[in-house]
Amino acid sequence: MVPLSWYVILSSVIFSIGLFGFLARRSLIMMFMSIELMLNSVNISLVAFSHYLQSMTGQILVFFVITVAAAEAAIGLAILIALYRNKPTVKVDEVNILKG
Amino acid sequence: MTKYVLIPLLPLISFIINILFGRRFIKHRAHWVAVPAVAGSFILSLIVFMEVLNGKTQDINLYEWVVSGDFNVSIGFLIDQLSALMMLVVTSISTLIFIYSIGYMHGDGGYYRFFAYLSLFVFSMLMLVMSNNFLLLYFGWEAVGLCSYFLIGFWFHKKSAADAGKKAFIVNRFGDFGFGLGVILTYLTFGTLQYTEVFEKAPLILGQTINFLGSDVGLITIICLLLFCGAVGKSAQIPLHVWLPDAMEGPTPVSALIHAATMVTAGVFMVARCNPLFNLSETAMQTVAVVGGVTAFFAATIALVQNDIKRVIAYSTVSQLGYMFLALGVGAYTAGIFHLYTHAYFKALLFLGSGSVIHALHNEQNMQKMGGLKKYMPITYWTFIMATLSITGIPGFAGFFSKDEILWRTFLGGNLGKFLWILGTGAALLTAFYSWRLIYLTFHGRYRGDEKIHPHESPPVMTVPLIILAIGAVVAGWVGIPPLFAEHGDKIGEFLSPVLGHPEGHGTHAQEIMVMTLSVIVALLGWIIAYNMYIRKPDLALTLGTRFSGLYKLLYNKYWVDELYSITIVRPTLRLAEKVVLGFFDGVIIEGIVNGLPALIDVFSQKFRKIQAGLLSGYALIMTIGAIFIVGLWIFMR
Repeated sequence: MVPLSWYVILSSVIFSIGLFGFLARRSLIMMFMSIELMLNSVNISLVAFSHYLQSMTGQILVFFVITVAAAEAAIGLAILIALYRNKPTVKVDEVNILKG
Repeated sequence: MTKYVLIPLLPLISFIINILFGRRFIKHRAHWVAVPAVAGSFILSLIVFMEVLNGKTQDINLYEWVVSGDFNVSIGFLIDQLSALMMLVVTSISTLIFIYSIGYMHGDGGYYRFFAYLSLFVFSMLMLVMSNNFLLLYFGWEAVGLCSYFLIGFWFHKKSAADAGKKAFIVNRFGDFGFGLGVILTYLTFGTLQYTEVFEKAPLILGQTINFLGSDVGLITIICLLLFCGAVGKSAQIPLHVWLPDAMEGPTPVSALIHAATMVTAGVFMVARCNPLFNLSETAMQTVAVVGGVTAFFAATIALVQNDIKRVIAYSTVSQLGYMFLALGVGAYTAGIFHLYTHAYFKALLFLGSGSVIHALHNEQNMQKMGGLKKYMPITYWTFIMATLSITGIPGFAGFFSKDEILWRTFLGGNLGKFLWILGTGAALLTAFYSWRLIYLTFHGRYRGDEKIHPHESPPVMTVPLIILAIGAVVAGWVGIPPLFAEHGDKIGEFLSPVLGHPEGHGTHAQEIMVMTLSVIVALLGWIIAYNMYIRKPDLALTLGTRFSGLYKLLYNKYWVDELYSITIVRPTLRLAEKVVLGFFDGVIIEGIVNGLPALIDVFSQKFRKIQAGLLSGYALIMTIGAIFIVGLWIFMR
């Protein structure tokens, strides 16, 4: 029986990796993947708590998160392709037309 | 009841119809609306006058106009001897002028507009004379001022006409400012604006004084002087007479209307209406008398040398108004109103006659370019003669009775009265001279104008009103024959006495005959001098003009009053407007706010634009820090 704390630690480690990737990488694709990591780390902790508390709420929430993540990935990739057509780069620091 | 309402309402309806539908539909048929309307009010006024003659006076409130706490003002009419007479004068003269205008304004582009404003003018004046409280009087007062602006500047594409309209309006503002204060002070003092109540309470405040510029002045004196301020402006007395001669820029029927019926007499009427107030203040009465006497004389001196036919008559009006105020000032209210009534006829006649001349000569107004018109326009000539005989005070004609009454009453008014009587008699001499000078220059001698113009008599629509007015100029005075000649001859004095009282002071018959004889002598003297200067020795006028060139210039330039005002009031005001209003207030304050606000926003935005770094990771970092902060807050603050 794996204790709850292991799941929580796993979840926070993955979340931190995602956060770091999101902040540190310049490639839009890598940033995307980092966001997915963060979302899934949350999913892990949700499922873990759901099992621990014997409540279905957490698992239902996970389905919503997966759905939203799928939609987000679709839109995000579409934006990315549109961007790439206009400007042959996926590096975020080269996309700064709205710089003040 | 209905007829009282209809009297002012008919001209108002005529105004509304003409102004709304005139441009598109009525056009040159505007008189078909206006003339019946004003004639209708004339007939109704006549009926009302007959009723008043039988002793039926009324004070009716029609409509609660302002109800605010203790402040109540209603639209109401006071129909008594004074207002009935005024209504009759206003509507009768107006009707004739309206008919005359059909001929005079024929073919003018603004024909409908002319009749619309004319109707509004009559409406305003009727409201003014019929009102039973000060606020409605003030309404009429301001409305006639507005109409005078419209009509003096009727040919507004001409700059001089537009300027004259503005001048009339602005000069009147000066007087009306005082008048407005007077009305306010009346309300503050008496707590009401109804004539009857104010006049009833007036003796109660007789002793009260207020501190004005460090000295105690009787409250009633202040009220009277403030009200008189308005009269000075509206009735063109010195020092606010400057607008009236310039008002000649308007079409001639307008001049006639302003001078005879609807505007300048308002001041005289108002002072007469407020006689219970004025009677209580010796100072105010003396002021009125002195202003009147001085105006009568000085305006007459200016009229001596003017060359514009209408200007001569305009100064003559100022002078005659001076007589009226002189009469009011010495307490002879009936004589003042009597002169107002006779003056209305002969002055309207003079103006319409001069309009007929101007019409015949295609808008030539300079008398030096006229002459010899007698044979071309006999009707105009003979009616003009009637008016002149009347205004100069030849016995038997209307002006004689009223002017003589005024001079006689002035003569009885103590030492000040004697002095003013001399001024008045002097003015009578001058009046005779300039009136005959006008006749001789215009109608006698040989024609000096443009050869291409062939003078002709005016159409009947213009000459018939002249003839009717000429009859008025002769017979109008017959209701005021002095008791010296006929017992109960002074019918108008007896008629008006319930409102205006009997003048005080008594003199011997010998004195009265002396005063009368003297005024007839000066009238004839003026005539003889004019005859000698312009008919027998036509060079004499020129010789005198060059010999006394200083005096001639002084008079010709109207004592430089306009120039004086230009230096002391107009230019400083303009400079003030330029420097303070335009330069400081508009330039610094308003511009400062309008330009300063965007500048401020610009400064801040220069600082805040740095936030928009355009770096996605930067935004993400801030977002993360924010999220951590909020979560931390939630954990630690719980």
